[in-house]
Amino acid sequence: MTPLPPFQTVLDEHSAAVMGILRGAVGRDGAEDCFQETFLAALRAYPRLEDARNLRGWLLTIAHRKAIDHHRARGRRPIPVAEVPETAAENGVPEPDERLWAAVGALPPKQQAAVALRYGSDLPHNEIAAALGCSPEAARRSLHEGLKRLRKELG
Amino acid sequence: MKTATDNAIEGFKARAAEEGLLDVAYAGADSPFGPLLLATTKRGLVRVGLPNQDADALLVDLADRVSPRVLEAPAALDKARRELDLYFDGKLDRFDLPLDWQLSSGFRQRVLRAIDRIPYGQTRSYTEMARKAGNERAVRAAGSACGSNPIPLVVPCHRVLRAGGALGGYGGGLPMKQALLELEGVLDDKSSS
Repeated sequence: MTPLPPFQTVLDEHSAAVMGILRGAVGRDGAEDCFQETFLAALRAYPRLEDARNLRGWLLTIAHRKAIDHHRARGRRPIPVAEVPETAAENGVPEPDERLWAAVGALPPKQQAAVALRYGSDLPHNEIAAALGCSPEAARRSLHEGLKRLRKELG
Repeated sequence: MKTATDNAIEGFKARAAEEGLLDVAYAGADSPFGPLLLATTKRGLVRVGLPNQDADALLVDLADRVSPRVLEAPAALDKARRELDLYFDGKLDRFDLPLDWQLSSGFRQRVLRAIDRIPYGQTRSYTEMARKAGNERAVRAAGSACGSNPIPLVVPCHRVLRAGGALGGYGGGLPMKQALLELEGVLDDKSSS
């Protein structure tokens, strides 16, 4: 068994990825709360975790569930689309496209997670598969279906 | 500048503390000898890392031996940090901090508890510590108990010397041991063993 690293290390190494996928999945406003819920759930379960080899996948799976909980709590209402921001983004980094992420938020859960993990967190297919608990082939398919639907919706 | 992720991390840690999930809280602290690492459980101070010790390795060891729920949480160590600051300024001669002894056991722990009772500014020999711990002949084991002291400075293993007054050893290096004894007025400046 791989020994569990101090939880602080887990937080340091994966908080950016978790925040990335959550912004994609629930939008900027819900992300902070989902982030806290994700890491609290992880910390509660951490001492009993038996396999420390894929901590990122484990965390992203939890984050994905928290994102789904978040949408359920909001009654799966579509995320209101904000006006196009008129101010420049901080540090010159473009603001994520609200309309795009709203559309991502409306995808079926597996497709939504696949898209968020690929483009929100920049994960390769095999890690997306690990996070979703499916084969890389299935992850690729979810991603493909999700993108197809987005193209159709956003024209 | 604080990012949204920093805020989320802060909120997460505050909620973890409220829920009692902070099994090991740690923080760095400054000292005249370099950076220290302080770690506490809910019971008390469990580990002090000296400047020459590898902080990352020490955290991995805590995760392994105490609990993997190890998080940086400076507020939990405010009192320890404050007392150490006063001690280094020569303004505190007795720490008033709850201790968690779980990283030592048996004879070693008895030696360390005996060391914990050596008053400020005094020294004892390894032989006396062995006797106090119940085995006068186990001088070498008493020495190694000092060497493995998980809570140095606060449990003052620097006050234990060889019979005859030679400095013996110190986990933080002999110059540090000497400087601590000078601070406490046991050794004159520049005196050497």
